[in-house]
Amino acid sequence: MTTGTMTTTTTRDRPVRVERRHHLAGTWQLVRLALRRDRIVLPIWVLVLGLMASAGAGAYETLYPTQAERESLTAVMANNPSVSLIYGPAYDLSTAGGFTAWRYGTLVATFLALACIFTMTRHTRQEEDTGRHELLASAVVGRYAALTASVIVAGLGSLATGLLITVSLMGAGLPAAGSVAFGASTALVGFVFIGIAAIAVQLAEYSRTANGIASAVLGAAFIVRAVGDASADGSWLSWLSPIGWATRVRAFADERWWVLALLVAAAVVLTGAGYFLLPKRDVGMSLIPARPGPAAAAPGLRSPFALAWRLHRGALIGWTVGFALMGAMYGSLAAGIGDIIGDSEQSRQMFERLGGADALVDAFIGMTALMVAMIASLYAVQSTLRMRAEESAVRVEPLLATRVSRLGWAASHLVFPLLGTALLLAVAGFCTGLLHGLRVGDVGGQLPSVLGATMAQLPAVWVVAGLAVALFGFLPKAATAAWAVAAAFVLLSMFGPILQLNQAVLNVSPFQHVPNLPAAEFTATPLVWLTVLAVAFTGAGLAAFRRRDIG
Amino acid sequence: MDNAISVTGLHKSFGRTKALDGLDLSVATGEVHGFLGPNGSGKSTTVRVLLGLLHADRGTVRLLGGDPWRDAANLHRRLAYVPGDVNLWPNLSGGEVIDLLGRLRGGLDQKRRAELVERFELDPRKKGRTYSKGNRQKVAIVAALASRVELLIMDEPTAGLDPLMEATFQETIQEEREQGRTVLLSSHILAEVEALCDRVSIIRNGRTVETGTLAQLRHLTRTSISAELAGPPNGLSTLENVHDLKVEGNHVRFDVETAALDRVLKQLTEVGVRSLTSQPPTLEELFLRHYTDDRAVARK
Ligand SMILES: Nc1ncnc2c1ncn2[C@@H]1O[C@H](COP(=O)(O)OP(=O)(O)OP(=O)(O)O)[C@@H](O)[C@H]1O
Ligand SMILES: [Mg+2]
Repeated sequence: MTTGTMTTTTTRDRPVRVERRHHLAGTWQLVRLALRRDRIVLPIWVLVLGLMASAGAGAYETLYPTQAERESLTAVMANNPSVSLIYGPAYDLSTAGGFTAWRYGTLVATFLALACIFTMTRHTRQEEDTGRHELLASAVVGRYAALTASVIVAGLGSLATGLLITVSLMGAGLPAAGSVAFGASTALVGFVFIGIAAIAVQLAEYSRTANGIASAVLGAAFIVRAVGDASADGSWLSWLSPIGWATRVRAFADERWWVLALLVAAAVVLTGAGYFLLPKRDVGMSLIPARPGPAAAAPGLRSPFALAWRLHRGALIGWTVGFALMGAMYGSLAAGIGDIIGDSEQSRQMFERLGGADALVDAFIGMTALMVAMIASLYAVQSTLRMRAEESAVRVEPLLATRVSRLGWAASHLVFPLLGTALLLAVAGFCTGLLHGLRVGDVGGQLPSVLGATMAQLPAVWVVAGLAVALFGFLPKAATAAWAVAAAFVLLSMFGPILQLNQAVLNVSPFQHVPNLPAAEFTATPLVWLTVLAVAFTGAGLAAFRRRDIG
Repeated sequence: MDNAISVTGLHKSFGRTKALDGLDLSVATGEVHGFLGPNGSGKSTTVRVLLGLLHADRGTVRLLGGDPWRDAANLHRRLAYVPGDVNLWPNLSGGEVIDLLGRLRGGLDQKRRAELVERFELDPRKKGRTYSKGNRQKVAIVAALASRVELLIMDEPTAGLDPLMEATFQETIQEEREQGRTVLLSSHILAEVEALCDRVSIIRNGRTVETGTLAQLRHLTRTSISAELAGPPNGLSTLENVHDLKVEGNHVRFDVETAALDRVLKQLTEVGVRSLTSQPPTLEELFLRHYTDDRAVARK
């Protein structure tokens, strides 16, 4: 496609003002194209994220009808670090609004950020990867058009989510100020990550890498605020994270409006940086130029697994480092839990009733293990779907036209969702156990116990991987639904209990069946069952993959 | 002689799209067989059935004496495949891809590899997308030709090659033929087909419309004749094999099916011929007729 370059050459000869406008030429068509391509996904995430909070707000009155219950909720939850770790700080649990903002604020913002990242890369970098962008670029599309169109589409999604949150919360009878603060802070987190993705797509060479960079920033933002929210003396850490800012707007608890300005400023600066970096690279290339590779393959590159290792290596290393950091941070927090809880007389009583310091620490470790496992299940989905990505990119066919069998090829990839997840859990469990052990001066006792509690989650993670394999085998075109399955399990385990959902519904999530170690008694039976299920799903998926058409 | 590939009555549908509708194809061992047809006629689909990537709905398929669906991995040791659209792994260099595919196929001839890399002027150190389309194609061609296999299955291998590289490609295929390899070559480049293929099969709408040597196919087409006669022509219009007859006084112009040429010329010499020009069918005309003309299908 030489026409793309021709277009740019001709614009160079024109006066600057014309050039500006020319650089945005075709934006509107690209926006319409993107909206058309996302016509199902975009409304889904807007609806789910926009209505989640108001659904929770509605439940509050039923779940905690009396003043006494609300006070006890505050006592148990508000100062409990293992809870703040996930949900963020609780400012006011005595009102439906305060409860909703606490329970859903962090999570909705995180998921919205993720949706924005994926939307941004899909319409920028991925278009370049597939060569579709060149096709469009040849049809008089300006240099900044694709980036602008993605910003507009992802921005519209964020805006719509924020508006829906505000309107639905007000509709549920909550105060207008808090509803606006909640909606605005959530939408603005979306905008901040639109900016981060705008930078990532310039730095990375492939959409996969761009997603990785931006998601890693999001993960870091989440963990930094988790540590800040859960520790007594490190709360300043939360001020380093855009997600931390969103909770510090304090929706429904004496709103601090000026914090919104931080989010606006960050979004503007980051997006601007993306625009600044864009002209510094060529279409289809990254800012960091690709280095040439070896002229011949190393002797080891001779099996499907050797290839799979090359393809999964980068992501696995990234995830492993992330899990090590996460584990280390949780481990260093665990012992301090009693200190934080002992602030007020009321919480001290609560604390005794809950079984004292040891029980609280155990609960914290159990919660950590669950968190780690749920995040590991996302890696399981990502690494399983790599098979589908390879298939869609028509890179499987040349391989299957050699003596590599279908099962051999699939097995080479499945090493990662099956054993890679084991590695991630082990690393996280080891780091948590080691740091916790060091703090309480009992590495020999704590390390195996924490590691065991974490590893016990592995069969549940495998079930998620097995379901992803089954989707890949039976419904390859819908394989990405595996993300929805994983998200549903995570949401069920996180919100199911507090919404007092029916046990039968809760039991759908595999994480529900893992014994809550180290507090609970260890029982092998559920783990065996989960493993059997995982094997059955994987086996069925592979059998289907063997008999279906490739492509 | 054995057939390396024999396909009869092959059917394959994708949902409501009928991609293959009773296709027949036989490729004798040791021949270079051209596989032609308009866009969307089912060439790639056939190739993918032959490779065991797609499951045929109906029909029999034999490849190197085996069933490509059941014995895929075993048969694949003996063949190499060049896809029409080569997608390389972004983080692997071209050289790595050549070696990997060769090894997965069961070994590759290092001397031949080096020679091919040289002849195709390929830089094996570049990675994935940094190759141009033609160079990606070359990576796949070198990977296939550097393996010592019996059968080469190539789906539009030269789409994107420049004329020089096209010539190199034709040379290498000639060498493969001399070595006794069988080649199934799907192509839209008629000069390439003419230069390389012993026999061709032309398909249309998922069905084989013609198969044979190029000489045989030429025989089925028409020659254009323009002649100045001694007197008014008679009886020409009643001849079955004459088409598009135009008479202006003593001057006639018409197309005649090559098989009936002799009989028609006799008719002309009876009247007396003053001057005559004849134009043999070009390959382009031959294919265009098959690609566009429904009569070609009807005649079968
Ligand atoms: N996976 C698929 N799903 C649905 N339809 C398909 C699929 N693969 C091929 N087809 C359809 O089958 C028909 C034959 O396609 P095929 O790719 O075999 O054509 P072709 O002869 O190789 O064409 P070309 O010369 O353009 O390469 C087309 O109508 C195509 O749209
Ligand atoms: Mg084709």
